Amino acid sequence: MIAGGTGAYGFQCLTRSTGRKNVMLTIFNLHARVADKEILRGVNLKVKAGEVHAIMGKNGSGKSTLAGVLAGRDAFEVTEGDVLFEDKNLLDMDPEERAREGLFMAFQYPVEIPGVSNSYFLKAALNATRKHRGLPELDAMEFLTLVKEKLKLIHIDEDLLKRPVNEGFSGGEKKRNEIFQMAVLEPKLAILDETDSGLDIDTIKTVADGVNAMRSKDRAMVVITHYQRLLNFIVPDKVHVLLDGRIVKSGGKELALELENKGYEWLETEAQATT
Amino acid sequence: MTTATSTIQELANREYKDGFYTDIEADMLPRGLNEEIVRAISAKKDEPDFLLEWRLKAYRHWLTMTEPKWPNVHYPPINFQEIIYYSAPKPKKKLGSMEEVDPELRATFEKLGISLAEQQRLSGVAVDAVFDSVSVATTFKEKLGELGIIFCSFSEAVQKHPELIKKHLGSVVPAKDNFYAALNAAVFSDGSFCYIPKGVRCPMELSTYFRINSAETGQFERTLIVAEEGAYVSYLEGCTAPMRDTNQLHAAVVELVAVGENSQIKYSTVQNWYPGDKEGKGGIYNFVTKRGACRGWNSKISWTQVETGSAITWKYPSVILQGDDSVGEFYSVALTNHFQQADTGTKMIHIGKNTSSTIVSKGISAGHGQNSYRGQVKVMKGAENARNYSQCDSLLLGDRCGAHTFPYLEVRNTSAQVEHEASTSKIGEDQIFYCKQRGISAEDAVNMIVNGFCREVFRELPMEFAVEAQKLLGVSLEGSVG
Repeated sequence: MIAGGTGAYGFQCLTRSTGRKNVMLTIFNLHARVADKEILRGVNLKVKAGEVHAIMGKNGSGKSTLAGVLAGRDAFEVTEGDVLFEDKNLLDMDPEERAREGLFMAFQYPVEIPGVSNSYFLKAALNATRKHRGLPELDAMEFLTLVKEKLKLIHIDEDLLKRPVNEGFSGGEKKRNEIFQMAVLEPKLAILDETDSGLDIDTIKTVADGVNAMRSKDRAMVVITHYQRLLNFIVPDKVHVLLDGRIVKSGGKELALELENKGYEWLETEAQATT
Repeated sequence: MTTATSTIQELANREYKDGFYTDIEADMLPRGLNEEIVRAISAKKDEPDFLLEWRLKAYRHWLTMTEPKWPNVHYPPINFQEIIYYSAPKPKKKLGSMEEVDPELRATFEKLGISLAEQQRLSGVAVDAVFDSVSVATTFKEKLGELGIIFCSFSEAVQKHPELIKKHLGSVVPAKDNFYAALNAAVFSDGSFCYIPKGVRCPMELSTYFRINSAETGQFERTLIVAEEGAYVSYLEGCTAPMRDTNQLHAAVVELVAVGENSQIKYSTVQNWYPGDKEGKGGIYNFVTKRGACRGWNSKISWTQVETGSAITWKYPSVILQGDDSVGEFYSVALTNHFQQADTGTKMIHIGKNTSSTIVSKGISAGHGQNSYRGQVKVMKGAENARNYSQCDSLLLGDRCGAHTFPYLEVRNTSAQVEHEASTSKIGEDQIFYCKQRGISAEDAVNMIVNGFCREVFRELPMEFAVEAQKLLGVSLEGSVG
């Protein structure tokens, strides 16, 4: 499992930074590796409820590793640093516990589960989460009512419920299904990992509409993407650039446009100059 | 170690819940096998001469046979002289009605969730319960009798309907068919008999529940089901045994005869014999011959099996498609865990014109389990337009188990269409992680994925059985979550 070690200094820093109630995610000096390769080399990030943050970077910069570490994939080993989800130590929790606490990840490559219907899967997920929060489990009828309302929100056909999870879905259907699941599970913190990859512009638009419908003052979102174009439709409050496992630049939504025009190279030069 | 693998390994370590033993006085024959034992069994049953002769012929032929070595299973040689061939719970007196069944016995079946009390009419299932070597109770007999349906123990059928037994016994599985079928023919002690007359659709599920209780006893039961023209029956079979560290032999024979036009027999099995412990010690050797014959035009036989128990399973429920337009089906889920071994599949023999068969086999291997599918599709010369579709999928849990597929196709008619599809997959870390990320525990995730894998078979089972089968798979894999 994930090692969640931390220095005393790190923890003090975290407690201070979460003194304000509406901070959803605090990442402090996060280092992580896969096998022997260090991928994240000191990531710091704070995301408040109601905000949408975009994390951009080219291939190999550590974007998907960051998403994986937050969701709790055990291929990644955290070697240093802390992550707080609201006021809880995220790295101490199992992946399913993180999910039940309200962390949702939309997968870059959603997984197929043959023979298991989407509605069965989602009902199990929702009820596991409700149970964790001390809420009564929904019965079949209550679940159906909820789900139908969410289908409307994301503009998805009811057929989807009966189909096996992601089996035989097109790339666009898979991504829309992720957003639909997010709508049903109503997470506090959503991480969208390259949700736009492999999609044509129309599909990106429909997916983005779904995401936008989910924006609320109580929910934080972290949108991980390679390209700026997704951010035309999901307009972020903040943009961060990840380079060689560190956030080297942060700014407003205009930073994304700058990257679109200038590429990532100027940042690399800048980063080299400062080290 | 990865989470998924440790999950699966822990799942593989669960207890067998039906492993208790009932302390009940038994009437046993001495261990070992010779002509005297065969005669003694026949005498205990007060059998007519034709049956004794049939047994003796089978026994003499069995002496000339050797155990089959071709299945992909491994076990030390069986000493057939060490086995007790007859064990019956001693009745306190002659049974007149259900209420007179020994309370100890009734309690045993209640504990297994099998109610012998006819008051439980709502369940809509008629049950014949076989304890060690004899049938102890058959429920709903009278109600079925009004429709002309005969559903009783094999011994009773021999006494009351010898002409039907004489006509159909061994007509599908001859006494000399194979080593274990011949052994069964010589020493079978009881089983179930079912006869559906012309034009009758059996209004309830018929069910036999087999229980091996005594130590060192072999169970050799025989089931014979006959459906006349236009008749329909759905038949369920369930099995359990106490936990013991010695191996016990179960060599049953099931014969299905769809005699008439449009007759239909659906046979479902949920087999949960004691599989042995985590180290592979003990457990049942399940060496069973099951075969059906579709004799009538447009007749149909379906086998559905969920095999989760036994140390070793060796069975190939088959269909001989004699009648034109007849249909054979085989749906199977076989799960092997710990050191269990299964070599199972089917045979579809196409003889009549326009005959069709469907085979759907799902093998699940966990722990050190070894799972082999062995299936034969044979299309004879005269079988114009025969069609077969076979699908055989294997699912591996963990990295120490194995899945094997041995399909045999023999086609002698050029108009035949035979399709075979096979796949092998592993429960991926990715699948489990995906479920966990949605808040579903690893154990629930594995159950969900395995049940999804088996869905095509489960939907063939009668409702209550499907629920039971799903639970059983869950229990069979319980504890493998890390």
